[in-house]
Amino acid sequence: MMKKILLSLFVGLLPMMALSAGGEDLFLDHIKTDVTNKPSLQRGAQLYMNYCMGCHSLEHARYNRMATDLDIPEDILMENLVFTDASFGSLMENSMSEDDGKAWFGSAPPDLTLVARVRGPDWLYTYLRGFYKDESRPMGVNNVRFNNVGMPHVLMELQGLCAEAPHPVSDKRFDPLTGQTITEGGCEHYEVEGSMNQSEYDEAVYDLVNFLEYTGEPFKKDRERIGWMVFAFLAVFLVIAQLLYRELWKDIH
Amino acid sequence: MSTSKPAVMQWIDRRLPVTSAYEKHMSKYYAPKNLNWWYVFGLLAMLMLVNQILTGIWLTMIYVPSTAEAFHAVEAGMRDLAGGSGWIIRYMHSTGASFFFIVVYLHMFRGIMYGSYQKPRELIWVFGMFVYLAMMAEGFMGYVLPWGQMSYWGAQVIISLFGAIPVIGDGLTEWIRGDFLISGITLNRFFALHVIAVPLVLVLLVVLHVLALHEVGSNNPDGIDIKKHMDDKGRPLDGIPFHPYFTIGKLPMIIIFLFVFCGVLFFFPEGGGYFLEHANFEAANPLKTPEHIAPTWYYGAFYSILRAVPDKLLGVVAMGAAIALLFILPWLDRSPVRSWRYKGWYSKIAVILFALSFIALSALGGMEADVKNTWLARFFAVIYFAFFLLMPFYTRWESTKPVPERVPE
Repeated sequence: MMKKILLSLFVGLLPMMALSAGGEDLFLDHIKTDVTNKPSLQRGAQLYMNYCMGCHSLEHARYNRMATDLDIPEDILMENLVFTDASFGSLMENSMSEDDGKAWFGSAPPDLTLVARVRGPDWLYTYLRGFYKDESRPMGVNNVRFNNVGMPHVLMELQGLCAEAPHPVSDKRFDPLTGQTITEGGCEHYEVEGSMNQSEYDEAVYDLVNFLEYTGEPFKKDRERIGWMVFAFLAVFLVIAQLLYRELWKDIH
Repeated sequence: MSTSKPAVMQWIDRRLPVTSAYEKHMSKYYAPKNLNWWYVFGLLAMLMLVNQILTGIWLTMIYVPSTAEAFHAVEAGMRDLAGGSGWIIRYMHSTGASFFFIVVYLHMFRGIMYGSYQKPRELIWVFGMFVYLAMMAEGFMGYVLPWGQMSYWGAQVIISLFGAIPVIGDGLTEWIRGDFLISGITLNRFFALHVIAVPLVLVLLVVLHVLALHEVGSNNPDGIDIKKHMDDKGRPLDGIPFHPYFTIGKLPMIIIFLFVFCGVLFFFPEGGGYFLEHANFEAANPLKTPEHIAPTWYYGAFYSILRAVPDKLLGVVAMGAAIALLFILPWLDRSPVRSWRYKGWYSKIAVILFALSFIALSALGGMEADVKNTWLARFFAVIYFAFFLLMPFYTRWESTKPVPERVPE
């Protein structure tokens, strides 16, 4: 019965699903994010503000908080990274309306403040490196990790455009008979050349994903630091409580 | 009444029974001295209740119950409020919800192991079950408030269950939602119920639970009635005052619990996607169904039973029965002894199988209902029901061991 309800929902919403369906069996390339790596976060912020912010807001976060956390001086941030008339303390919104987004891309570009907590860094890392040429799509591109995605390949001037679907690096393929490597993963033929080579681009995407990991939970560092202090307090408290317990119960047993 | 009491206290006591209430429920409430560590979970449940109420008050200050604002209010509140520490309050509340259920499940399991529901403690158990029911309603409505994808679609699925009831089903779902679909109206009423109505009922039920307990006294791991042997002042020989022995005396246990609680809070606040589901970090979108809708883990067992039945109405009935059977547990157990320590092998095996099936059903509730999982859920659901339905027989037929008169040293 549960299945029937869900099925009817699914069928009714199939056209929408096509946009969001990711397919669960696809390979993901793994990265280890590090929100203490400030240079990486700064480069990520730079990439985000230049290539993503026009369409994808970070509306739950504020510029001044980011500036403080990432050690970006106010004047440098305001001059180089803020392209709207926003003030230093405002939320990181953009000027694209939802209706425009829908009209231009088929579905409004989502806010990405929390995308790393929804998708996970591995998904983002694989997705941003997974665009390839597909003339049948409105934007002329498709994505290995997100089939029929509505988003154009905005980082094309950096990566270039892969002529056919690139395999994730983790999806190393071997010939079942000879055991020889068929593909190492990554893009083999570029339709359009970008300004970066593959490893430079991978690093740039790493920085960008690292930055999104930061925006998803800007207090992650604080959280862990406070956690250790709480543990230290509890440890001292436990010793005192245990002595109290022994004193209290020594008459009972 | 001692004469050394300060004048102020005497003045108050003549007007309000403060001292006698303190003595009745704390300093002269005698609990069995053989209570083991399983008995800490009641206290921990109380701690979690207080945690939920206090953090809830502060969350109410940052929250905006509107479909346009709710998601942002929670996320911005975590970042901006309380000097950038709003996240502590939110995580205390979200982690607290899961831990409230964890400690209550362990508290209930202790009751089942030691037969704490048996005569004369039936009402304690029944009030406790009403507390659990109120918690389920509270948790469900609270989960809708952040207005994430799973808030919306979880509510969609759960509320639609009421539609399975013949004749009144459709009208009922509409009445619950207050709209033809889940909307701002639903969100507002869930907010009101979550922050005022259900907590009031919950606290009242907890008071009744504790009052009923203090009337008959605590059970113990041996199921011995300590009131059979009193000293000349009318104090149970095997009893010791609740305060300070089971209050301050439980501090080490409470701190060990806090280590685990804070470990999750500060290092794994998402609880691996079980305490805060990944999909719920995306704002609710009525036009986009998530690939996989799963209830929070603490409803998993009942959700599994629901899905295991291949008919919506019968599934809802089975789920209701799974909860209802817990209520009548005191009348299903026909054993002459309380604790499983003195029951026979049938009861011991039944309790262990029941615990395993509950854990398995909870886990299956979060997984996709493919053919294999559905059959597994059916298998464990049969064990779950068998535990209750066969209880009147195996508890009567098995041979039990004699219960000692006094608490063993």
